[in-house]
Amino acid sequence: MDVLAEAFRLIITLDADLFEILWLSIRVSLVALVISVVISLPLGTYLAITKFPGRKFCILLLNALMGMPPVVVGLMVYLLLSRSGPLGWLGLLYTPSAMIIAQVVLITPIISALANQVIENLHLEYRDTFYSMGVTGRRAVVAYLVDARYALTTCILAGFGRAIAEVGAVIIVGGNIDHLTRVMTTAIALETSKGNLTLALSLGTVLLALSLLVNALVISVREYAGKRQYA
Amino acid sequence: MPRAILPIHICDLHLIKGGRTVLGGINLVIEEPGITVIMGPNGAGKSMLLRCLHGLIEPDQGQITLGHRALADCRDQQAMVFQQPVLLRRTVLQNLAFAAPELAKSHPQRLLHALASVNLADRADQPARMLSGGEQQRLSLARALLNQPALLLLDEATASMDPASVLLMESLVKAQSAQGTKVILVSHDQGQARRLADEIVFVCNGQVAEQSPADQFFTASQTPAAKAYLAGEILI
Repeated sequence: MDVLAEAFRLIITLDADLFEILWLSIRVSLVALVISVVISLPLGTYLAITKFPGRKFCILLLNALMGMPPVVVGLMVYLLLSRSGPLGWLGLLYTPSAMIIAQVVLITPIISALANQVIENLHLEYRDTFYSMGVTGRRAVVAYLVDARYALTTCILAGFGRAIAEVGAVIIVGGNIDHLTRVMTTAIALETSKGNLTLALSLGTVLLALSLLVNALVISVREYAGKRQYA
Repeated sequence: MPRAILPIHICDLHLIKGGRTVLGGINLVIEEPGITVIMGPNGAGKSMLLRCLHGLIEPDQGQITLGHRALADCRDQQAMVFQQPVLLRRTVLQNLAFAAPELAKSHPQRLLHALASVNLADRADQPARMLSGGEQQRLSLARALLNQPALLLLDEATASMDPASVLLMESLVKAQSAQGTKVILVSHDQGQARRLADEIVFVCNGQVAEQSPADQFFTASQTPAAKAYLAGEILI
């Protein structure tokens, strides 16, 4: 009980160490999310509305990659960025940039696959009408993205949820270095193993609150869209 | 409004779907302006014929020309209203603006006028998909008419509407036809065909069984299938 009280004290008193870790976690995940969204939405849309040989295989691959184990992603990015790897010259290993890359690799298939499904359903509904109105190409793509905005928001939030809660990949490529690459999840793992449950619990509480916030946002967006028949 | 959409030539049109012959060699020439109603029993191929005419379905064989031009060259002169209205997840007014972006910029009042013509002026800022089925279909018609098409296709557009909405739709279609738009509509409703049609095309088993002026079709139809249809007999 004392540990729990101490954990809340750290949060309420805006403990510097705690908030440094929290800020880095949010910064890394948000940057990863922005990069992933820029890749995922066009990719998901392209796969949804364009027919080409191998399209089904690409969708199958995306869906399979959704369940990719984070430690495998971490290992792949590690091999890419390690000194002897093809991108080793960039010197990114054990930096927040490496963690961002790992998270992008991890969440891009998730957002892409979910966006693909959303846009594909919309495309099936709108296809004939768009043809009839002569709406094609870029105008159609923009219309799909605008009309699917609420459903896509939930896809994006799902990606953020996955990124912020991820531990396996970022610990491999980030190294969990204090004041440099230590994020909430890696700090929780470390502090628990050290027996410092106070900080671990504080971080766990914040992570849980963030997770609840993201889910509350998802539900709110769905409800708002449902009420206006925009879902 | 371009007037070069007539005559409409449909030549030896074949369409096979799932191993079944849906259209089995349709030959049809529509030369007269006004309203042509395509009638026939369920599964006769009426909607498929309309979809081929609009370019939504590529036939397996055959050719369609509009005003002696290829179908693909006349796409922007056509508009279609489907049986199930499909509206964007936006407001009523935004749905119209999307259909005619240039018009929305240059003459925004025209959009409001179009809404008023289908009795939806007071719903302009509401989400379009919250309208009733009949209102959604009226909005679909207003959207289709916005660009003043030379050819208007309606696929059982009033099938699930209340009588007041049907009458409003019919009056709009008649008015549009009077302005020179060629209208081709698919309908099961004999009453509607009698009210609207200048010409009837009766389709049965994927072929045109009869094509005649509306008065003649309803008073002295020439084929046993059409007679049976008009008598209310079930055609399989």
